[in-house]
Amino acid sequence: MGDERILPRTDGGLERRGLLKCMVWAGTGVLWTMSGGVPRSTLLASAAASEMTEAPAGAGFSFMQISDSHIGFANAPNTDTPGTLREAIGLVRQQKGDAALMIHTGDVSQLSKPAQFDTADQIIREAGLETHFVPGEHDVLVDDGQPFFERFTKGGERGWYSFDQEGVHFVGLNNVQDLKAGGLGNLGRDQLTWLERDLAGRASSQPIVVFAHVPLWTVSQEWGWGTDDGAQALALLRRFGSVTVLNGHIHQIMQKVEGTVAFHTACSTAFPQPAPGTAASPGPIKDLPAGRLRSTLGVTRIARVAGKPGLAIIDTPLGA
Amino acid sequence: MIRCSLLARTLFTGGLLIGAMPARADETKVTIDNFTFSPPEITVTAGTRVTWTNRDDIPHTVTQSGTPRLMRSPPLDTGDTFDFTFDKPGEYRYFCSLHPHMQGVVVVVQEAPGKQS
Repeated sequence: MGDERILPRTDGGLERRGLLKCMVWAGTGVLWTMSGGVPRSTLLASAAASEMTEAPAGAGFSFMQISDSHIGFANAPNTDTPGTLREAIGLVRQQKGDAALMIHTGDVSQLSKPAQFDTADQIIREAGLETHFVPGEHDVLVDDGQPFFERFTKGGERGWYSFDQEGVHFVGLNNVQDLKAGGLGNLGRDQLTWLERDLAGRASSQPIVVFAHVPLWTVSQEWGWGTDDGAQALALLRRFGSVTVLNGHIHQIMQKVEGTVAFHTACSTAFPQPAPGTAASPGPIKDLPAGRLRSTLGVTRIARVAGKPGLAIIDTPLGA
Repeated sequence: MIRCSLLARTLFTGGLLIGAMPARADETKVTIDNFTFSPPEITVTAGTRVTWTNRDDIPHTVTQSGTPRLMRSPPLDTGDTFDFTFDKPGEYRYFCSLHPHMQGVVVVVQEAPGKQS
C-alpha cells in the first residue's frame, strides 16, 4: 500500500448523505468518521474525534477554513448565498474554540463586484477571527485582480504571501491567473521563485500549511481541477515533515495523503459541484432534493494535536 | 502550416457539405452550455460577426489562445453575449480564461471571388 492513499468518495453526486464528517491526519494515516454508512476506521476515528471535540483547547493551535462563498450567485440550488455564508460563519463561531485565525480559499465573490466583496467582508468579519484570503478565479475578473488584492491580500500584492503563526508557517498561493488554453491552474515562474526563497532556510521540522484556491494536485484533468505547475511547488515542500495543503474550487471534500503531505479540499458555503465524471459539467448541482442543500455545504477546522506530527482536519456540514 | 490546414479544411467542408459551409451569413452564433463552446469549431467567411451567449450559471470568457490576443471578452454572466467580427482569414483558437479546459476555434476563410456579401 505504501504511503500514498487516495480516499475517493464512495458515493456519487446526490447520494452524499452525511458526507461531511471527515478527518485526516497527515503522516499517521487517514481517519474518517461519517454519519451515513461509509466505511470508516471506527476505533481510531472515534478516539480522534473525541480528542478533537472534547479537548479543543488542548490542541495548542487550531484554525478555521471556509471557501467558495460566491457572493452574487443567486440561482439553483442556492438563491441566498449571503444567507448560507452567514450560517457558515455562525458555525465557525460555534466551532472555533481557541482558533487563532481563519483562511478563505477563494471565490469570495461571483463576479468580482465591489458590492459582492463588501457583503462577503461584512459577513466574514462576524466570525471574530483574523482572516487570510487567497483569490479564486471569480475574484480576479476585474483589473487583473487588483481590487481583490488591495482589499483581501494586503501584503501580497499579486495574491500570494506567507506568515508565521505559533510555529506554523502559512503560505497563501494564487493559482488562478494567467491560465493557459487547455491547461489547469497556474502558479507561474515568479511565484515559484518567491516560494523557493520563502521556504529556504526553514527547518524541515516546521509545520507548513499551504492554501490556494485550485487544488495543487490533479483531481480531474478533464474538468481542469489541478495546477499545471503544482508539482514544482510540491517538490519544494517535500523535505518538510508536516505539510498540509488546503484548497477549494471543487465544492466538495477530496483528500489524499502522499508521504508527509496531506491534501484536502473544502466544501463551499454556496453550492455543491458534482464528483468528477458524474455529470455533464462541473457546474452547480441544481437538482438537489428539497432540504438537502445544507448537507453539501460546510466549514473546516484544522488543529495541531499534541503528540501527532500532522494536523487534524474536520469538516462539518451546515445542516443534515 | 496554417495555410495548408486551412486549404484542406475548405476543400473538405466544401466537398462534404456541398456549399453549406463555410457559413455565408454575416452573423453566426455560438452558445456556452455545460462548460462547452457549442459548436466548438465553426468555419465562416471573412467579415462574419460571431456572437457567443453564455447559458451557464457560471461566468465564462471568450479569450484568444495565442498572441496577439485580439479577441478577449469581459466575463460573461448568465445570458450575457459577446461578439467579434472576423475580418481576416485565419484560424482563431480561443478558450475560457477562467476554465481553460474549455476551448473552441473559428476558422475564417476568404469569400469566393465575385461573391457579394
